[in-house]
Amino acid sequence: MTETVNGAVGGAVPPAGLRLVPRADEPLKMKDFKTDQEVRWCPGCGDYAILAAFQSFLPELGVKRENVVMVSGIGCSSRFPYYVDTYGMHSIHGRAPAIATGLAASRPDLSVWVVTGDGDGLSIGGNHLIHALRRNVNIKILLFNNRIYGLTKGQYSPTSELGKVTKSTPMGSLDTPFNPVSLALGAEASFVARSVDSDRKHLQSVLREAADHQGSAFIEIYQNCPIFNDDAFAPLKEADRGTPGSGGLIRLQHGEPVRFGGGKGVRLNRYGTAEVVDVDEVGEDELLVHDVAVPDPSYAFALSRLDQPAFAHVPVGVFRKVPRPSYDELMAAQLERAAAAEGPGDLGALLASGDTWTVG
Amino acid sequence: MTKQVQQLDRVIIRFAGDSGDGMQLTGDRFTQETASFGNDLSTLPNFPAEIRAPAGTLPGVSSFQLHFADHDIMTPGDAPNVLVAMNPAALKANLEDVPRGADIIVNTDEFTKRNLTKVGYPVNPLEDGSLAEYRVHAVPLTSMTVKALEEFDVSKKDAERAKNMFALGLLSWLYNRPTEGTLAFLRAKFASKPAIMAANTAAFQAGWNFGETTEDFAVSYEIKPATLRPGTYRNITGNLALSYGLIAGSRLSGLPLFLGSYPITPASDVLHELSRHKGFGVRTFQAEDEIAGVGAALGAAFGGSLGVTTTSGPGMALKAETIGLGVMMELPLVAINIQRAGPSTGMPTKTEQADLLQALYGRNGESPVPVLAPQSPADCFDIAIEAVRIATTYRTPVIVLSDGYIANGSEPWRLPDVAALPDLRVEFATEPNGPDGAFLPYLRDPETLARPWAVPGTPGLEHRVGGIEKSDGTGNISYSPSNHDLMVRTRQAKVDGVARDIEPLRVDDPTGDAEVLVLGWGGTYGSIGAGVRRVRRAGGRIAQAHLRHLNPFPANIGEVLARYERVVVPEINLGQLSQLLRARFLVDVIGYNKVRGLPFKAEELAGVLQDVLNGRRTEDVIEK
Repeated sequence: MTETVNGAVGGAVPPAGLRLVPRADEPLKMKDFKTDQEVRWCPGCGDYAILAAFQSFLPELGVKRENVVMVSGIGCSSRFPYYVDTYGMHSIHGRAPAIATGLAASRPDLSVWVVTGDGDGLSIGGNHLIHALRRNVNIKILLFNNRIYGLTKGQYSPTSELGKVTKSTPMGSLDTPFNPVSLALGAEASFVARSVDSDRKHLQSVLREAADHQGSAFIEIYQNCPIFNDDAFAPLKEADRGTPGSGGLIRLQHGEPVRFGGGKGVRLNRYGTAEVVDVDEVGEDELLVHDVAVPDPSYAFALSRLDQPAFAHVPVGVFRKVPRPSYDELMAAQLERAAAAEGPGDLGALLASGDTWTVG
Repeated sequence: MTKQVQQLDRVIIRFAGDSGDGMQLTGDRFTQETASFGNDLSTLPNFPAEIRAPAGTLPGVSSFQLHFADHDIMTPGDAPNVLVAMNPAALKANLEDVPRGADIIVNTDEFTKRNLTKVGYPVNPLEDGSLAEYRVHAVPLTSMTVKALEEFDVSKKDAERAKNMFALGLLSWLYNRPTEGTLAFLRAKFASKPAIMAANTAAFQAGWNFGETTEDFAVSYEIKPATLRPGTYRNITGNLALSYGLIAGSRLSGLPLFLGSYPITPASDVLHELSRHKGFGVRTFQAEDEIAGVGAALGAAFGGSLGVTTTSGPGMALKAETIGLGVMMELPLVAINIQRAGPSTGMPTKTEQADLLQALYGRNGESPVPVLAPQSPADCFDIAIEAVRIATTYRTPVIVLSDGYIANGSEPWRLPDVAALPDLRVEFATEPNGPDGAFLPYLRDPETLARPWAVPGTPGLEHRVGGIEKSDGTGNISYSPSNHDLMVRTRQAKVDGVARDIEPLRVDDPTGDAEVLVLGWGGTYGSIGAGVRRVRRAGGRIAQAHLRHLNPFPANIGEVLARYERVVVPEINLGQLSQLLRARFLVDVIGYNKVRGLPFKAEELAGVLQDVLNGRRTEDVIEK
């Protein structure tokens, strides 16, 4: 069991984001979180790996199964709730963060997870995503990014590279893509991370950190679509495969210098831009030492821009994890304050408030 | 000299001025004085959508009309007996509604050359004889107020702003209103600004004293209290009654209230009001948009809250998909549309009833939802409770169609006995209902066809819901043709079944032999009722019925329609209820339709009904 930055998952101490969620009486197993529904993604879809990683991670939370809720929108990834044996809602396109906000704000005793994709979460539902993040609603958002529309069969998405040739862009797309991590940071998110479908260990470590965060957690998961956008992330993964850590994946570790690809590292230049350097040339002391708790998001934002150009090197792991009161906590506190000041509401007195007069 | 006091049975006053003149506040205070005196009353605020249109212009005119009487009345009145015009724009914008012989009180200080030119008066109407047929009271309201406040520690600007209180004082004297309420109001409102409080109080008293001493007003008037049913009353607007009804619905059902809403005229007051009652456990969420407002409400409903969203027409268009999801997931949800003139942005502060078909049919697929409409400001309280009852009993979204007229208008409300309100307690599912301990989320109650409401946190009932077609019983995804057919019909049957459980359509037919029925719905109840009274006073025999349930209709509606030779349906739209009645009951009703952003006048409806009685009107009339 890996220790998280602020506390522990799976031990006696409940994760910070689940303080108000009832603890399971008996330890649960992965099979407790599998439904009897046949999983219907395409063969080779990255979603299978994410589902397996998630289901085997859930028992670690140590919370009652009936207090876990999965909420999704529309798209391939949004079928997720059908396969996780908890409460769940497969809602409408783009709206999962809004629906989950109402649920989480009114039920602090639930562990609420939103599953979305690059089209669902960044295109039709972009507005709800950014507002959920700025409010710091206690929901954990998993955004599966395959950089393509899958369920509608292969149109470009808001994360597709400029010039992408698809069915709807035969001469190449004209849209500059979003960087989901940059977007989340710009939206005042208090927890932002990125992982990869094929690296279960890393993905679970990020999920663990997310669960240990009170408020919104945003996790971008690079996910391969073998049908419409196969190998979108292959260069990253391939380079990494021969010797772990040798390729373009920059594994962020809290408290550790930012190093990758054998002899490379990251430092900030005078404009605050993160740049890749040869460690031998600049020396170890020049490198950034990663700190998820830097209050200002500019640092994490600078890291998030390292995917340019063309995914040559991409940081994964937790970019940012800063404490901030969550929306449901703040809302509950106002209700308590009002009840303490006015007493529990008296309906008769409410109706008769203001000027009244009596007849007869 | 003691002035003469003359008895009147009813009066209609319209306060009109610039948006910044405080006419809504003045009207509201006069209304409260009148309510506490015990008159029956009805009010009609009318204001521009612009917060501060250019001062002194016609688009900037804001008005507040109040009708009060010593007997029960149904509308804010057709034409004012008294117009208070705070500037030339207010005079010009309202004069056409004022009958000859009526009193007009004008603030002469504002009748400057510049202000007259601004609204296109080439010469001063106070001087050219054009108002000779009215009883004009030329009062320099502003300068008299400033003079009265000379000794007070307030700026000239603040002194001028108190002119509405001077006017209120004058009118309060003229109609012998009790003043304690207004004085207490000023003390509370300006508690932190003692100088302003003293100035406004002095202005109010100066206005009263002016009335008592000036020779311009030879008489004052008295309107005796109305004989209303015994009880405790308060004056209430539709939006306030709706807010209270929702809080009551939450209490009666035992469900915490969650309001997801986005600000929009004329619905925002419900959001404002509910956000003040956190002590009742009310959670209000001002969402990023209309879609998130209803989405959050539905999410909260999934978690066991009473999910409510409030909006107006354009917002309903945006919420349609989520209401459809609520239909599919069969969860309780109350969606309230305070209708305004459309389409698109339309006229945000003006009333209309043109969202009926949107409420019934404005979603993809066969997507039935119960639709209710309050008939008066006070009825908004009862309709909110009824909406909660239907939504929770049948596990369905319910749409409530209020409108700008009854939302902002007010009337006396006899306070209900809280202990006598209906018990709406809800039972969540707690035990598996299927074989081998399985939970079947779409196994229905045989009577209501409602499915179990199993909220997260309940062990053993973990299940998934969503917008994809559900398999009967299990709720699993299903693309089976026969299952889809069954589920579409079942959802329809469930909503149709609500008809068994609602009040029958009551017909008011005092002579019992009327041949003509006038049938309305929603906010037109008062106007139609007032029109019907006039017809009856003139000896006409006419029956009246009014729909508060639009989907499903009351079970006896077909039988009622068949009983009358002719049916007149007045609506502030181009004939939406008429269309439904013709389609469902093959009754060729006669529509009377007008879409001017204003309520019907009693006089015009009386004329229409009289024409139908006389056989002069046999077809729809779309009034221009």
